[in-house]
Amino acid sequence: MTSTGDVRNLVIIGSGPAGLTAAIYTARANLAPLVIEGEPSSTSDQPGGQLMLTTDVENYPGFPEGVMGPELMENFRNQAARFGAEFLTERVSRVDLSQRPFSIWVGDPAAPEPTFRAQSIIVSTGAQSLLLGVEREQELIGHGVSTCATCDGFFFRGQHIAVVGGGDSAVEEATFLTKFAETVTLVHRRDQLRASKIMQDRARANPKIRFQWNSTVESLIGDEKLAGVKLRDTGTDEVSTLDVTGLFVAIGHQPNTGLFKGQLELEGNGYLITHDGTRSSVQGVFACGDVQDQTYRQAITAAGSGCMAAIDAERWLEATDHGTTDLPDW
Amino acid sequence: MAADGILTLTDSTFDEQINASDVPVVVDFWADWCGPCKMIAPIVGELAVEQAGKLQFAKIDVDANPDASLRYGVMSIPTLLVFKDGQVAKRLVGAKGKGQLLEELGDFI
Repeated sequence: MTSTGDVRNLVIIGSGPAGLTAAIYTARANLAPLVIEGEPSSTSDQPGGQLMLTTDVENYPGFPEGVMGPELMENFRNQAARFGAEFLTERVSRVDLSQRPFSIWVGDPAAPEPTFRAQSIIVSTGAQSLLLGVEREQELIGHGVSTCATCDGFFFRGQHIAVVGGGDSAVEEATFLTKFAETVTLVHRRDQLRASKIMQDRARANPKIRFQWNSTVESLIGDEKLAGVKLRDTGTDEVSTLDVTGLFVAIGHQPNTGLFKGQLELEGNGYLITHDGTRSSVQGVFACGDVQDQTYRQAITAAGSGCMAAIDAERWLEATDHGTTDLPDW
Repeated sequence: MAADGILTLTDSTFDEQINASDVPVVVDFWADWCGPCKMIAPIVGELAVEQAGKLQFAKIDVDANPDASLRYGVMSIPTLLVFKDGQVAKRLVGAKGKGQLLEELGDFI
């Protein structure tokens, strides 16, 4: 044990539906959880998670008329706060999971002393959207390339724009952006969408949406701001130009597990491996939500697994006399 | 000026209010429907108090004031523009944490 005596029962890293549900349950179990919720950003890697960049959420049970993503997450957070969960709006810079209590740093990762010590940790760091990885993509963010359709759609009124991707996020963004744009071209590398049937039907029925099948973005055109994109046909390798002033990227997500590399078991693609419910490879560390889910990735499944992690952590703390002993069968 | 020390700009008062300041002005381009804008609002509020006298903070609602965003090429929000002597001296696109914002504004403090 450290001499500080200032060891927390539980720290929750990440604050999407999974982390906040875990906070609600563990706060109600009097575990006084600290939620290190992340920092503002214009990507999905931010407090509240991916729903902060969405508009209408129509499939979250309990809201027959739908609910706005940011409003839903604010409700989650308020509910956790009501039962005494504490929040810190910072980003974790380093963890040491080699012994208990675990050490957690925010700010300078090289600081000799960790910022927090905790007997148990719930990892709910989620996933963040992938960028295309083409040249000058970063430079053109804010100049035609966008990671946030709800933030930036407004600036493309009457213009011709494109969305890259074929999943639910891409189709939802394309549909949303037709409120502003003259046309929205959905660029997808396959010849059919992965999005849910209802989203696909809606997009196909929308006269402003066009489909550019079997195409990937080869490069971006324009100096100061985006003037078009070069597309490559995945079948014929032919390159063509699409004249668009806006490009919204929704090609998928990668789990936020950089912090845990070498400390927790990960799949080859970076997702956290869990067993027996929400247990990670290290005793006392639990994981929930999209960081460990490459199958369902829904707000409701994230929330459900957050509840599981909370119950698992609570039972483990109880069985190990607040982390001072080990469970033989972890 | 509002009680929190943050100026509220409009298209018609923009130049006048920017030029009236003796210190650099940080203008937060935002809108009600922008989640990340809402998230940095409290941080901007804290900075306005902490940097009072060195930096003047201001905000402009892009929805009600389209001219200013057009003029300064704002195509993504939140965007923070730092005006020094009436000219754009720095452009910060996207929401950021407090530490990173302070670092970016370091040249002006």
